[in-house]
Amino acid sequence: MSGMSRIVKTVTNVAFPIVMIYGLYVIAHGHLTPGGGFQGGAVVASGLAMLLVAYGSVWTMGKVKEKQLSVLESLGAIGFIGLAFLGILMVFVYTSFQGNFFNNFLINQDKIPIFNEIGEGFANINTAGVIPLMNFAVGLKVIAGLFAIVLVMAYATRLKGVKQK
Amino acid sequence: MSKRNFAAVIFFAIVAIFLVFGALLMHPFGEFGEADQEHYPEMDQYIIDNTQEETGADNGVTAVVFDYRGFDTLGEATVLFTAVAGVIILFRRLKK
Repeated sequence: MSGMSRIVKTVTNVAFPIVMIYGLYVIAHGHLTPGGGFQGGAVVASGLAMLLVAYGSVWTMGKVKEKQLSVLESLGAIGFIGLAFLGILMVFVYTSFQGNFFNNFLINQDKIPIFNEIGEGFANINTAGVIPLMNFAVGLKVIAGLFAIVLVMAYATRLKGVKQK
Repeated sequence: MSKRNFAAVIFFAIVAIFLVFGALLMHPFGEFGEADQEHYPEMDQYIIDNTQEETGADNGVTAVVFDYRGFDTLGEATVLFTAVAGVIILFRRLKK
């Protein structure tokens, strides 16, 4: 699949940053507003898929390889599971906690001040303990995973004989 | 009737019996079962009441997905990982 016409490329150039910002907003505000890592990651991945459709899979494969996307996806998964296991390990740091898998160890304590607050009403972004961090991890995972799927399928089914613009 | 068809008929009969009994045992639509009448309302009311103090998140759905039911989200992430791995393995030959 080669690139599409100049009109489509121009519209993509205008719409792409807006889609990116909206998706990253949904990921970053996952603990305050509707949405979260999965949904925001899907928005960002569909923006990247729009770029892929407009500019063609060969051009996109020149910019980013699917191996790099696999590394990013694995980083997201490792971050997610690592945060889950830190919930168990935190029992060695504060003795008053009972360690659990997926324990929210950043809330309701005073050792680590980051993300310590409790959100009520229109809350700040530094609330809710490990939930925003898990949102970022899952968002990275969904972005890289969905874009890797679309990129590999588009590149594998490209027309061989067509001259690339 | 061949042996394979006979096994298929037996399997179908077992599945059909399970489906019929499962349908007979289902709760009426929109109501709790008789034995669970007390427990389920308590649980969702507990989540609605205690989400903000326990997890600190305003968004109750995210609090349930990433905190109360984090193990379920781990399974979803595993499903996504498996899908990506399968697609990349499947299309590796076609790429060249």
